[in-house]
Amino acid sequence: MANVPADLRYTREHEWAKQEGHRVRVGITAFAQEQLGDVVFVELPKVGARVRAHQTFGVVESVKAVSDLFAPVSGEVVEANAELAQKPEIVNQEPYGRGWMLVVTAADAKEWEQLLTAAQYEQFIAEGGH
Amino acid sequence: MDTSLKRTPLFSAHVKAGARMVPFGGWEMPVQYSGIVEEHRTVRTAVGCFDVSHMGEFEVEGPGALPALQRLTTNDVAALEIGQIQYSVLCHEHGGIVDDLTVYRLDADRYMITVNASNIDKDWAHVTSQGGGARWRNVSETTGLIAVQGPKAEALVGRLADLDVTRIGYYRFAQGQVAGVTTLVSRTGYTGEDGFELYAPAAETERLWNALIEAGRAEGVAPIGLGARDTLRLEMRYALYGNDIDDTTNPLEAGLGWVVKPAKGEFLGRAAIERVRAAGPARKLVGIEMTERAVARHGYPVVKDGAPTGVVTSGSYGPSVDRYIAMAYVGSAHAAVGAELGVEIRGQVKSARVVKTPFHPPHVKKG
Repeated sequence: MANVPADLRYTREHEWAKQEGHRVRVGITAFAQEQLGDVVFVELPKVGARVRAHQTFGVVESVKAVSDLFAPVSGEVVEANAELAQKPEIVNQEPYGRGWMLVVTAADAKEWEQLLTAAQYEQFIAEGGH
Repeated sequence: MDTSLKRTPLFSAHVKAGARMVPFGGWEMPVQYSGIVEEHRTVRTAVGCFDVSHMGEFEVEGPGALPALQRLTTNDVAALEIGQIQYSVLCHEHGGIVDDLTVYRLDADRYMITVNASNIDKDWAHVTSQGGGARWRNVSETTGLIAVQGPKAEALVGRLADLDVTRIGYYRFAQGQVAGVTTLVSRTGYTGEDGFELYAPAAETERLWNALIEAGRAEGVAPIGLGARDTLRLEMRYALYGNDIDDTTNPLEAGLGWVVKPAKGEFLGRAAIERVRAAGPARKLVGIEMTERAVARHGYPVVKDGAPTGVVTSGSYGPSVDRYIAMAYVGSAHAAVGAELGVEIRGQVKSARVVKTPFHPPHVKKG
């Protein structure tokens, strides 16, 4: 069964979001990395950039495919995971841990509430995840 | 799943092994089993088995066989001894490549050619219309093909074969029994490693496959999907039809001048290719390495000092070289090793450099 931590929220594009005070940490789900296969490249915005909910903020590439990354919430990037430039494979190894991608300041609580809960995301991927 | 896709005799074996199946050139094929990078490394360090049964095989025989092949292919088929294999291309009159292929001399007046899966129908129409005076037989449906590649391939195939495979030289073949299956054992491949391609009757291909996987445990064998087949061949700078070469590219710009032998006499495309040779190709297929972190992919534009000069034809991360590598057509003025270029990726130019190929040293058996 897919690994879907209960304390996170999710997008239909397979990103996870974790509330950390006024900030939100973002990454891709275990299901997403499994579907992608070996991640060989991750392109992230710079600290200070603004991301918008449901808009692309970067790109993750596996050997075979290029996939856009979608922001779960709007905000300013305060951290981007620099380790992924040299070791993109940690997205496969620890998608919810060291493989995180961004931390953003999140201003809009409504956006958070619109994200899928773990139970909703689990059902979404059980139905195929499209 | 799209039911119009064709399946090889090993389809159920792949599904049972947990492969991820994808459409490829009209076929439903395994793209990966455990993961592309791990499978790639298995082939470089141990041995892997690939299902390439989707590829096409045509036999041609009779006194007209040699003249037909000489007219159809660019390489000199008359140089082949019985038991020898030759890499070659089929060209249009205008010099574009119909397909790349290997030519096997089975007997004095009997040959087999192996062609790309996605081109079987096109090639069949081409060889039967342009290669008259010989008896052609399309045996693709009844022929299975397994590639066994890697430094331990000789040990594995040797243990199952009733012939001494150590005596088969590179681009040579022998016929015998492997795991009790009548097999043509060809010392060829598409990975840069030593190994074999085993042609067997379609109905017995699964038995051969299972025997190789079972017996290969001692060598650390694994089934390998098309994903790793692509990264392995890319590190060798081997062309992939449909990506790097096609009906619009000529053999000289593709770096395949070594299989074009105008001295043998007339063949399809000869005049057009000789015109290209006299003028010098306007563009060349080169190996490039990204010097800025980014993955170049098929179709991305290549620029020199901001001006367009070509296009990427294949690109990926190369697991054995641990770099982002690609093949690209670039203007001949910028094709020398060391030339600094750019690849346009999602609207941004990332720096790249022309490098010597193969990207990774080959370990095929020589002599």
